[in-house]
Amino acid sequence: MKGRTMAAIRKGLTHLILLAVSVMLVFPFVWMVSGAFKDSLEVVKMPPQLLPSHFRFENFVQIGEFFPLYRFLLNSVGIAVVTTALQLIVCAMAAYVFAKIAFRGRQGVFMLFLATMMIPAQVTLVPLFILFSHMHLLNTYAGLILPGIFSAYGTFLLRQNMMTIPNELLEAAFMDGATYYRVFWSVMLPLVKPVLAALSIFAFMSSWNSFLWPLISTNSKELMTLPLGLSMLQGKWSTDWNLLMAGNVISFVPIFTVYLFAQRYFIKGMTMTGIK
Amino acid sequence: MVGQRNWNRRMAAFVFLLPAVLGLIAFQLLPMASSVVVSFSDWDLLSKWTDIHFIGWSNYAEVFTNEKSYMSIKNVFIFLIGYMPVITVLGIFLAVLLNRNIRGMKLYRAAVFIPVITSWVAVSIIWRWLLNGQSGVVNYLLSLAGIQGPIWLQSEHWAMVAIIFVSIWKDIGFVSIILLAGLQDISDDYYEAANLDGASAWSQLWRITVPLLSPTLFFIVTISLINSFQVFDQVLIMTNGGPAGSTSTIVEQVYRNAFQYNKMGFAAAQSWVLFGIIFLVTIGMQRLQRRWVVYER
Repeated sequence: MKGRTMAAIRKGLTHLILLAVSVMLVFPFVWMVSGAFKDSLEVVKMPPQLLPSHFRFENFVQIGEFFPLYRFLLNSVGIAVVTTALQLIVCAMAAYVFAKIAFRGRQGVFMLFLATMMIPAQVTLVPLFILFSHMHLLNTYAGLILPGIFSAYGTFLLRQNMMTIPNELLEAAFMDGATYYRVFWSVMLPLVKPVLAALSIFAFMSSWNSFLWPLISTNSKELMTLPLGLSMLQGKWSTDWNLLMAGNVISFVPIFTVYLFAQRYFIKGMTMTGIK
Repeated sequence: MVGQRNWNRRMAAFVFLLPAVLGLIAFQLLPMASSVVVSFSDWDLLSKWTDIHFIGWSNYAEVFTNEKSYMSIKNVFIFLIGYMPVITVLGIFLAVLLNRNIRGMKLYRAAVFIPVITSWVAVSIIWRWLLNGQSGVVNYLLSLAGIQGPIWLQSEHWAMVAIIFVSIWKDIGFVSIILLAGLQDISDDYYEAANLDGASAWSQLWRITVPLLSPTLFFIVTISLINSFQVFDQVLIMTNGGPAGSTSTIVEQVYRNAFQYNKMGFAAAQSWVLFGIIFLVTIGMQRLQRRWVVYER
């Protein structure tokens, strides 16, 4: 009897704490959405009120007039999709070689890949900028996409996974007359699908949220991505919270929608790769 | 026949590796090499490559003597000291709670993760508002409790505290979800045996959970260390490094020196010092690992 009461108390306490934590972590987003629909007076009103007295959709029109946020949205989507697709292909191709196609010097090349994982991106920031300016890649989509498609970490992760595929399986395919290319597409890729899914979530998210590289490599409004656009927006309207929140909502909704539908993969991807 | 197969294999290796290797050379090795070269020069981006002027180690010396630069290094360590212990301890507790078998757990786990998927830029803008002196909800809530809140982000005293707090707020979901995965790998047998022995929940936490979780903890601590040294987005948006440089970080300084003051050489040297710090700390962590990380046999 006593044990059961204790268990009930414990359960109640767990709920209470988790509820409190969840509210703390989610409330700012609720506040963001509510703020995005308030007018400029209500948004700074004290004491604050949770819901706008009427939903002002004009905010979303108004920011569009001053800032091509919807263009930024398209840019972000396009860049994230292309970056993710290319990164998966490039990483998987290299991983295939590192896992299954031996040649002399392979180990050395692989070590070189691993070593670059140690180097923080900031070290190559300055020279990459110089390189891109010489190649006329600043202020181009290619310039925004290219640095994101090479991932030593992704290569490593896929390689580890491909190593577990038994060689007999490949040998059987070769016996049937399959080429290396065919084996890659029809044997290797299907077998590492879970890792590809995890990696693609991560690649998409990091491209979607990336800020520093777009910040230095673009200054043209046609090419800006959402994080960059938002930071420009706050430079212009530093305390027009309703407009800023409307901008935030535009950048939040797409990634949140992806998260809602692919939540399992997000969590799996992160626990598998340890990256965010 | 064998020759043909060998040729095919080499060909395949070449073709499949080509994009990745080209990327490695163009976007990693070449930039790294030129970053080393530039770090020993006073190159300013505007003058021609051929006019590059080498100044020895003075950029590196300046990293530690220049007041702003030195301060940014100090700030990063302050950040680390505030961020790491708190997020690790909170992360363990949250992971333990998230590991319990109760109704609605899926919802809690989903909620905890939302800040993790959101961009730092959006998060920073939201928190700039929440922490605002006049229209911020945080100070409003404090006032309900009779506390006069500071102007967080404009206060030399509180700006760094706010940055640390928001960083913990954003990353706690990530840390606890990773730790949760570690927890789920611990076999229930240990707890059953401990329960039979009448061990308290508290001693179970410290004698079973923490030791068996230590490989995951080690991973989390290493990752958070590396991330702490690279703090940038939140600082640029929330405080722009201010007030009076109290929240400026190494990466923020690299960015400013390179792309606002055109001091490419100095920025490159700073970024290598950053690498050096990360490298040393990672090595140090590996050493310490032997002392406290328990690997199950």
